[in-house]
Order: sequence, then structure tokens, then C-alpha cells
Amino acid sequence: MKYAFYPGCVSRGACPELYTATLEVCDILGIELDEDALKSASCTGAGVLQEKNLRLGDTLNARTFAMAEKAGLPLMTICSTCQGVMSQANERLVADPEYLASINEDLKEEGLEYKGTINPKHLLWIIVEDLGMDFFNSKVVRKLEGLKLAPFYGCYLVRPSDALGFNENPERETSLESIIEAVGAEVVDFPGKSLCCGFPILTINPKNSVKMVANHTIDAKDRGADAMVTPCPLCHLNLDGYQPNASSAAKRDIDLPIIHLPQLVGLSLGIAPEKMRLNKHIVSTKKLLSELAVAP
Amino acid sequence: MEVKLSVRRYDPESTNTVSHYQEYQMEMDEASTILDALIQIREDVDGTLSLRCSCRSAICGSCAMRVNGEAGLACNTKVIDVIPSDGTPIVVEPAGNLPVIKDLVVDFQPFWNQVKSVEPWLQPAGEEPEAEYLAPDEDMLHLAGVVSCILCGACVSDCTVLEVDSNFLGPAALAKAYRFVGDPRDDADAKRLETLNQEGGVWDCTRCMKCVEVCPKGVAPMDRIMSLREKVMDAGHTNTNGARHATAFVDSVRHSGWLDELKLPIKSFGIFNLKAMIGLIPLAIRSQRAGKVPPLIHKNIPDVENVRKIFDKVENKK
Ligand code: SF4
Ligand code: SF4
Ligand code: SF4
Ligand code: SF4
Ligand code: FES
Repeated sequence: MKYAFYPGCVSRGACPELYTATLEVCDILGIELDEDALKSASCTGAGVLQEKNLRLGDTLNARTFAMAEKAGLPLMTICSTCQGVMSQANERLVADPEYLASINEDLKEEGLEYKGTINPKHLLWIIVEDLGMDFFNSKVVRKLEGLKLAPFYGCYLVRPSDALGFNENPERETSLESIIEAVGAEVVDFPGKSLCCGFPILTINPKNSVKMVANHTIDAKDRGADAMVTPCPLCHLNLDGYQPNASSAAKRDIDLPIIHLPQLVGLSLGIAPEKMRLNKHIVSTKKLLSELAVAP
Repeated sequence: MEVKLSVRRYDPESTNTVSHYQEYQMEMDEASTILDALIQIREDVDGTLSLRCSCRSAICGSCAMRVNGEAGLACNTKVIDVIPSDGTPIVVEPAGNLPVIKDLVVDFQPFWNQVKSVEPWLQPAGEEPEAEYLAPDEDMLHLAGVVSCILCGACVSDCTVLEVDSNFLGPAALAKAYRFVGDPRDDADAKRLETLNQEGGVWDCTRCMKCVEVCPKGVAPMDRIMSLREKVMDAGHTNTNGARHATAFVDSVRHSGWLDELKLPIKSFGIFNLKAMIGLIPLAIRSQRAGKVPPLIHKNIPDVENVRKIFDKVENKK
């Protein structure tokens, strides 16, 4: 299966480990990535640009969709925020042909037109829906038995549920849990899994943002989690990068490694941890990996 | 059908003042709601169960509570839709982020304080008209959603920021503020926007969409908060971390096609806010140490001129 790959800014910037792990994992799973189709695509706007100008955001995303359409490929994302922002933009564009036509006016100069046929999909959904769990199970070579993992979705991959197609694809609601179980680990359920990590207010209200990190990581830890897994690099940035701050704010040790979804999948596919830069996290994964008996 | 309910109980007057869950099992009709089930418990099984309700038709806003962890109106939630597939009971809890008085009844005083603080009444200026204050239909259309608010508090119950900071105005009050800022007959915008720009106001929302998802009336409080942010900035309040963050973000996308994470925090704190910037340095040092470093030189995407052209075209429309 071939996809037009939309890596998003964060995997090309602050989370290079996500980018690397994605390429490794897709290679083994037979997900062919076209990295050229969207090379001139812009940021989705992350909801921030939309605050200032919604139409501008919709135009930029329509432009990206038009590029994927031109290449004749479905579009793959690896970030909850990219996915959510794209799904919401797409919902508005497809629902209103008049609006779409007026947006297309602004794409004309570049020779682009969005016809409304793209259905952007996060890698998580691609594994569960397009590849299917039977296929995925057949690829797992290393069962991560004994590992207890807390899922953390990121707001934009769960809300608004209608724009994200939860009605048509109810399995999306538990997709992370399906993967955790498929790799042989145990799910640690906790209410924070679909709440906010606090990243968007990191520079606006750092105190609240850090409190959110503390609440989620401590809750997961106290319920027995060895690590947390997320399909959102922004959540990763906050939950991993600011865990030391959370730890001092809460005055206790947390030490909960945060693993990107493709890194988890990669471990079960037998990919070496350092190939996925698992040794390049703020919260060390060393102990976790040694318990799994895979050298860091 | 057979229904199992696990209800969170709390009685300040009992010797056991910790909340606990009590299970009930009963026979219910397929059309029944959670509220029907609770009333049946109170009437036939356990008269000590406290809850609030009145209209039973999603109008009065008194029955907001959490069902399976998510807020909603009990009278609007059908039992059959929320029965867990794994055979466990339906979990019913009081609304969150508000103090519990007893069982499913919470103290709404903090909620009313928030709503009152945005001065939710029309403040027109100038001469009083002879009859009513008139407004053209098309100017009122965008308020159709927000005037549907029944002040039930479901959004406040599940707001992720209120969970960590009770100073936040919260989704219901902010949606209410929008209702007046957006009303063509109201002339207190300048004062209102100034207050909303302060700490605890529009910039503290994380955009988590919880309020949009749980609101039973389609008020979409977060969307109103985003409109308020735009209005706050348009009114010239650009000297906050939030406004600077939004502006820096947009500038980065316009300039390079994508996000320059290195510059973003510096620009959002303001060049002169040394204290905040020093607060960020640990992450930079930590990333360095972990070998996890974003590329220092932020490259433009290919054909970035095309992105800039779109910015010009769309921004000119505004
Ligand atoms: S939404 Fe975020 S990760 Fe996605 S492209 Fe924009 S800034 Fe990057
Ligand atoms: S949890 Fe936070 S960073 Fe992650 S998607 Fe939600 S708002 Fe964004
Ligand atoms: S905005 Fe919606 S959820 Fe919030 S109080 Fe009003 S009706 Fe209830
Ligand atoms: S979107 Fe904002 S107001 Fe709404 S629940 Fe989330 S943080 Fe609260
Ligand atoms: S009883 Fe009135 S809204 Fe539910």
C-alpha cells in the first residue's frame, strides 16, 4: 500500500526519533511512503493559525489535499494534531461545495484543485484499519510480555469524534489499546488517556501545562504503568520534555518513559531501539529496555 | 432489559465521609434514560439517593452529571447507548470541577460566579430607543448556537484546564461572554475584551475540545473562545504570551511554510521576558544532553512563495 506521507513539523524538528521510527516501521509493514508528493505542503496550522484566520487554514490544508490527489495517493499523518486539524478542515471543505469552489479559486494560480476525495489517516488508523490486526499480528516477532503500557491519544485524535469518523469507524476509539495488546503488552487504562497533555498552553500558562503533565504521568504510574505510548509528537514533547518540571512541581519521582507509537510497534517488529533513537529521550528508556532484554 | 448501575455516593452527614460506589441492578425499558433509572432507584430501591432534575427534556439544565466518565444530561442519555460492552455496570458520577454537596448534587456557586463575572447582560450605549433595541437578523444568526446554552455545566465539569486551575473563567462563562461581545446591540466590547484578555481568560484554554464534545446543546464553547481570541487581538491587545504565540506561529508558517519551534517560545514570551525564557532553557539543555536536537537551521519548504501568495490572497479577504 502506498501513501503520500505528511510528516508534520514536529517529526522533522523537535522529534526526529519519530520520523526515523516511522520510516523503519513502514518499511517492514509494507507501507510504501511517497515523501515527494507533499514536500511543498505547509503546516496544517495546528489550530493556532485557525484562531487568527480559519479560511487561511482551510486553504492551506486544501492545498495539501490537492497535492495528494494529484499524486493519486491516500494521505498518511503521524501526529494527532495534524490529523485532527486536517480532518476538521476536510469536513468543512467537503460539506460545502460552494466554499470548496471559492477556496479552489485561490489554489488555481499554483495549478492545484481539491476535488474532495482525500481522507487523511493517521498511521495508527492505517495499521488497525487498512492493514488489519491479523496482518499486523503476523508481523510481530517480539512479544513485549510483562510490559504495562498506558495509552495517551492526544485531544485531536479523539475530538471532535464526528469529524474524526468515529461513527463510521468505532474501532478508532480503542485503536491504541488494540496495538498495545497486539504487541503482547498489558493496557493500563486511566481516565487521562483521552484528555489534554497541556502542550498548547506551554508558553502561555506554563504552570497549568506542567500540572497536566504531572497529573497524567503520575496517575498512569500509580496504576502500574511502565511507560506511556502516544501517537502525538506534541504530547510527547510535553510529557517527556517537561516531565522533570512536573516531577519537581509535584515533589516526587515520576520517571515514566514516553514512547512514540511507531517506536512501540518497531520494538515488536524486532527493530533495534537505537535505530529508532529510543536512546534519545529526555526520560530515559534504558531501564525499560533492559527489562525487555533489548539493549538500548 | 437488565441494567447495572454503579453510582458514586457521598453523604457529608454520614460517619463514612469518603465517597464510594454503590451498585444497583434493575429491569428497564429500552427507551429509558439514565435519569429514569436514577429516579427509579430513588423511588423503589433507595430513597436516600440525591440528584437534581426538573424538566426531563434537556431544557432546564439541572441534571448534568458524568456517565462512564463523560459529562452530559442524564435526561438526554439513553441507558441502551451507554451500557459497556464488557458487561461492567454503567458508572454514574456527579459533575466534575464543582464541589459535591451530596451524591449527584454539586454546588453550582463557582459556576454562577464565573458566569456573573462576564456581566451577562446587554450594555448598550447612547440614547434609549422608543421601543426595543433592534438588530438585523443576519447580525444575530451567528449567536443562534450560543444562545442555546442552558447553563447545565457539562462543559465546566469536563474542562481540562479547570481541573488544574480554578481561576480559569471556563467554557460556559466564556461562551456567554462571546454572546454579548458578538451582539450588535452591545457597546461594552472594549471593556469586555480587556477583561477577557487577562489571566484566566481566553488565552488559558488548551483547545482540548472537551467542552465542544460534551455540550448537549451544540454551543461549541471552544469555538467561541477562538473567536474571542481573534477579537481580543483585533482590539489591539497583542501584548500577551497568547497573542504573541499565535502571531509568531502564523509568521513562521508564512515565512517558511512550517513551524520554527526554536523561535516560537522566544517570540511568545516576548524578547524582554528573560525570566520566562530562562525557564525554558532547561528543555534546551536537556534535549542537547539527550542528543535529541531539532535542526538548528530552519529551512523553508520548497516553493514557499506559493504559501506566501495564499497568505496574501486570503488575508486580503478579511
Ligand atoms: S500541526 Fe503541528 S506537527 Fe502538524 S504540521 Fe503543524 S505544527 Fe507541525
Ligand atoms: S494532548 Fe495536547 S498536544 Fe496532544 S493533541 Fe491534545 S492538545 Fe495537542
Ligand atoms: S455551553 Fe453547553 S455544556 Fe456548557 S453550560 Fe451551556 S449548554 Fe451546558
Ligand atoms: S477547549 Fe478550552 S474551555 Fe473547552 S474544555 Fe478544553 S480547555 Fe476547557
Ligand atoms: S432534567 Fe432538565 S435538563 Fe435534564
